[in-house]
Amino acid sequence: MKILVPVKRVLDYNVKPRVKSDGTGVDLANVKMSMNPFDEIGVEEAIRLKEKGIATEIIAVSVGPAKAQETLRTALAMGADRAILVQTDDAVEPLALAKIFKAIADAEQPGLVILGKQAIDDDNNQTGQMLAALTGWAQGTFASAVNVDGDSVNVTREVDGGLETVKLKLPAIVTTDLRLNEPRYASLPNIMKAKSKPLDTKSPADYGVDTAPRVKTVKVSEPPVRSAGVKVADVDELVAKLKALGVHS
Amino acid sequence: MKTLVWVEHDGSAVKDATLAAVTAASKLGEVHLLVAGSGVDGVAKAAAEIAGVGKVHVADNAAFGHNLPENVAPLVAELMASHDAFVAPATTTGKNIAPRVAALLDVMQISEILSVEGPKTFTRPIYAGNAIATVESSDAKLVLTVRGTAFEKAATSGGSGTVEAVSAGGDTGISSFVGAEIAKSERPELTSAKIIVSGGRALGSSEKYEEVIVPLADKLGAALGASRAAVDAGYVPNDYQVGQTGKIVAPQVYFAIGISGAIQHLAGMKDSKTIVAINKDEDAPIFQVADFGLVADLFSAVPELTSRI
Repeated sequence: MKILVPVKRVLDYNVKPRVKSDGTGVDLANVKMSMNPFDEIGVEEAIRLKEKGIATEIIAVSVGPAKAQETLRTALAMGADRAILVQTDDAVEPLALAKIFKAIADAEQPGLVILGKQAIDDDNNQTGQMLAALTGWAQGTFASAVNVDGDSVNVTREVDGGLETVKLKLPAIVTTDLRLNEPRYASLPNIMKAKSKPLDTKSPADYGVDTAPRVKTVKVSEPPVRSAGVKVADVDELVAKLKALGVHS
Repeated sequence: MKTLVWVEHDGSAVKDATLAAVTAASKLGEVHLLVAGSGVDGVAKAAAEIAGVGKVHVADNAAFGHNLPENVAPLVAELMASHDAFVAPATTTGKNIAPRVAALLDVMQISEILSVEGPKTFTRPIYAGNAIATVESSDAKLVLTVRGTAFEKAATSGGSGTVEAVSAGGDTGISSFVGAEIAKSERPELTSAKIIVSGGRALGSSEKYEEVIVPLADKLGAALGASRAAVDAGYVPNDYQVGQTGKIVAPQVYFAIGISGAIQHLAGMKDSKTIVAINKDEDAPIFQVADFGLVADLFSAVPELTSRI
């Protein structure tokens, strides 16, 4: 079966986001961008399923600016077979993303779509579930284990109280959580090889999807800052402070 | 505006995060609740007593027993014909269901709201809480998830909602529940605890976590937490994790022990009323948010604190 893996180009997770002084957003000029970490886990999981002989082809897809090609090349270097860039300079909301991925799923007929549970920039945590609704497929979100068994997949999910396992009929949607796997680094030969793997460029209009935003960002501001309190000298002083707060056994 | 709030429950009681969602919904208009599950009469009765609740829709059907979104989302979408906003707690269950509902309604969801600024305007965290966005929906209906620590909990008594059975929906047959490993504990739940004691990588092992962190939590009747580093190192299970990708908490007192204070951890606990940090590295970023910081070796300081408090 084919596996479709959407990937997003985001501000690198090691870079501290700076809110622009005019309150229009977070400054993304001249900062390091990389693949959303949860999407990287999705690419890795797809590659492992191919190594097990379950997947036959991995298609990476990204919706974003021309530079999102770099993110797709990273996926190709890790082990994806081909890539589709749906090029747009507009910010595309999860609902429109899900519509684009639905159109691609209709054309490619994958057995699984593996997405990150959320992108670390807008933290929406929606696209996978929305794609599941639009395709009418089952969803295994926040996955920490994925086991394909014939025409179904068992997905172990990280839920508030612990873990939960669901059995989904294929085709299905999986969204990744942190502990699903540890993504590999692309080797230099594979990075070179990735340059010649096929990468198609499309536009949202090619899929008949209107990406006009439904939600307007009125402003973006810094979170309220919490200032440091006092350093206590020793356990005695800490016990006194805690007792003053009413904290004791 | 008529709101429909998803009631998260354990089969007998309404979970706390729902009460915060009720408070958020009450800022928008009339509050209706949806209790879905198998054998949920007791929950429906409890839900009707929540202060400010108008109607409680009860969908009692085995297909809804494990909150499978494939079965639940069409039910919610059908009920939304007569409601203007769907409101769910931003728990793993709420986050699993709400976007599926939103897409069925062709609505862009607004995730993890922190405040209600207007009938269609909300604030929400982006970039792991490093920025706060004020956003306004232009959709005809709203689908929201609510961060539990950002709203007061509605009172669990004083309400007089009317209970109404819903017959809609059923099993789509594309998914089924296999099993769960839910940690059973006498301790308070992490997301609703008044005091949390969290340990980090500096502990070095699960044995040291047991030896140093657990006794202090026992003495204070506190919930146990951990940093992502401690979870990844295998000291404690994943459901202990506090942080942007784990649980978001805001207790009265949060003890960060041997936790350096990575951005992703701070995002999960910086709204705590009082933060106490114990760390031997005086430059650890955790001290920049701590109300009381103690620079000390945790292996001697924490047992001493436990014996003295």
